[in-house]
Amino acid sequence: MGVQETKIEAGYAAKNYWRDLLNNTELLVILAKRDISVRYKQTFLGMGWVVLRPFATTMVMVFVFSYIAKLKSDPGVPYPLMVLSGITIWTFFSNTFAQVSVSILYNSNLVTKVYFPRLLMPLSSVVVGLVDFLVTFGLYIAIATWYQHPPTANILYLPLFVILSLMASLAFGLFFAVINVRFRDVAQLIPFLVQIGFYICPIAYSSSLGQGEWWYKYYTLNPLVGIIDGFRWCLLGEGAYFNPNSLIASVVVVSLFLVFSVYYFKREERSFVDHI
Amino acid sequence: MQVITAENVSKKYIIDHKRKSVKNLDLKQTITQKIKGFWDKSDGENTEKEEFWALKGVDFSINQGDRIGIVGHNGAGKSTLLKILSKITEPTTGSITVRGRVASLLEVGTGFHPELTGRENIFLNGAILGMRKEEIRKHFDTIVDFAGVEKFLDTPVKRYSSGMYVRLGFAIAAHLNPEILIIDEVLAVGDAEFQKKCLGNMRELADSGRTILFVSHNLTAIQALCNKAMYFEKGQLLMQGETNHVVTSYLSRVSKTALKQTWEAPATAPGGDQVRVKRIELEPQYKDALQHIDIRTSMKLHFEFWNMEDGAKLNLSLHLFAFTGECVFNVGTSSRAFEQGVVAATLDIPGHFLNDGSYSISVMIVKDTSTVLYNLEEAISFDIEDHRVGVTWYDKWPGYVRPNLNFEIYQAEIAVND
Repeated sequence: MGVQETKIEAGYAAKNYWRDLLNNTELLVILAKRDISVRYKQTFLGMGWVVLRPFATTMVMVFVFSYIAKLKSDPGVPYPLMVLSGITIWTFFSNTFAQVSVSILYNSNLVTKVYFPRLLMPLSSVVVGLVDFLVTFGLYIAIATWYQHPPTANILYLPLFVILSLMASLAFGLFFAVINVRFRDVAQLIPFLVQIGFYICPIAYSSSLGQGEWWYKYYTLNPLVGIIDGFRWCLLGEGAYFNPNSLIASVVVVSLFLVFSVYYFKREERSFVDHI
Repeated sequence: MQVITAENVSKKYIIDHKRKSVKNLDLKQTITQKIKGFWDKSDGENTEKEEFWALKGVDFSINQGDRIGIVGHNGAGKSTLLKILSKITEPTTGSITVRGRVASLLEVGTGFHPELTGRENIFLNGAILGMRKEEIRKHFDTIVDFAGVEKFLDTPVKRYSSGMYVRLGFAIAAHLNPEILIIDEVLAVGDAEFQKKCLGNMRELADSGRTILFVSHNLTAIQALCNKAMYFEKGQLLMQGETNHVVTSYLSRVSKTALKQTWEAPATAPGGDQVRVKRIELEPQYKDALQHIDIRTSMKLHFEFWNMEDGAKLNLSLHLFAFTGECVFNVGTSSRAFEQGVVAATLDIPGHFLNDGSYSISVMIVKDTSTVLYNLEEAISFDIEDHRVGVTWYDKWPGYVRPNLNFEIYQAEIAVND
């Protein structure tokens, strides 16, 4: 019988970090499962909420922007589908981002009592976000079928944008997750950021409206612009406006921030237990 | 075979005096303080950081199959050691070599989610404690059986009684099958029968070659379970050896009488942002010139503290502990609002009430009847000596209380003999 020998000393956890993370994939799944099954306990609609919210938001946005403000959709694209596709990817990003930011605090009882790589907690929030995404994506497919506007071959690129969005929520979320351990201000800040993001990102309108304006080049620096436009282009085809240049900003900003956040998270995670 | 070898293990914490409670600082306060600190370098006293060694140069080794009891006052470093062994925090210097899988139970039912059912929580908690899914499946029936919750498997644990909750939590941990099991003060909860079951289970584990580390304030439990003990004080390992030997010397060292503690100014007094302790004193009403406390002596406890917040609704909760760690009684005051300034309280402890033995007193200051602002632990400790008149029995009088109750015996009926 092989007995494993461990030497606990300063810097121990950092040395075995990635190995420990891989050894704990089962825990990752179980934490995600917990979050999913707990969320809609004692609710009447249960998982129905996952589709009800984006659906209702889409109806309101279509009414406000298309009927009242009379904004134009991209040529050949039904306005409701444009909004719904934007909301689908935005909800995925913003929910995951918000969950990742509170993940450490939410699991504080575990932080103080058991050891495992702390990165598991934000990662399990990402898994939860992905599951929600698959459900809302099903809603999109159903409505697109009803509109007889099936996705084109561009859909092959879809996973790329989903992964990019996932990386973005992790990149920004991890940073706030660390801050949140010491400063509970984050809990106030996140809903506010998400609310602002909903309007400055091209969700209920098309970013083609900004073309040629002086601020357009700054607008595309927002990494979410490239992700949302690209996602839409995958689903709605060539009719949807997508400026490939905005994708460069997305990839560069998201990758840099992700590397920084993971580094920062790893550096700080050993002190979580002392500050939480 | 040695399963745990610790070499020169130390753990340092930095206490930032300016920021006594990091938790309560918001972002604005931190930024303003940083800016203030930047301009005001002369204000060195305020920003002083103090090093605190929770453990200092600890060496020990533990053999396979040992059941080690760890004793020591609060803040002696016991919990820090367990946290290092459980990898929750890392040592500042030194190393501990551990051979085998460690399972630590610093709390019963870690990560239990109240909304999930007993069944779901077994899998969740098992995974959190480091069990594989197949292992949990294999032991599932034994766990349920041990905890005695088969009827409630599909009920959310929020509807469990506290006893069921604890039983389930312990049952999962007991079936972890680790080579080394670390247990912190978990038997304090649960009823007597279950405690017995747990102790029995722990002994079984040890007999099958598992090593157990057990921290408890309950010396009776330690003596019942452990064959060896370690005694920590102020971050250092004072003694290691046979349980009875270590426990006796722990008791003799700690049972010093401390009847009075006072603090001059709020800045140096124990407490938090809202309250600071000013004085705690136990004043015996001596019956004779001998000036010792015996079972007849009545006592008056004085407690004073500074209240820093106007209109705070405060009350006190006092625990009196026997030296075995068991709580003899708990009394609370009513809750009322106080202005800033000194708040005082007195408690009369009558004579002919406590049995002879060693006792300690802890006082909690509670806000809004729910938030513990500060817990002044074991602030007072004292011995009560025996006093007997008209009894011809000299063995130790059992029990924690020694009331002078009116217990009469009389002839109720006389049998009539023809």
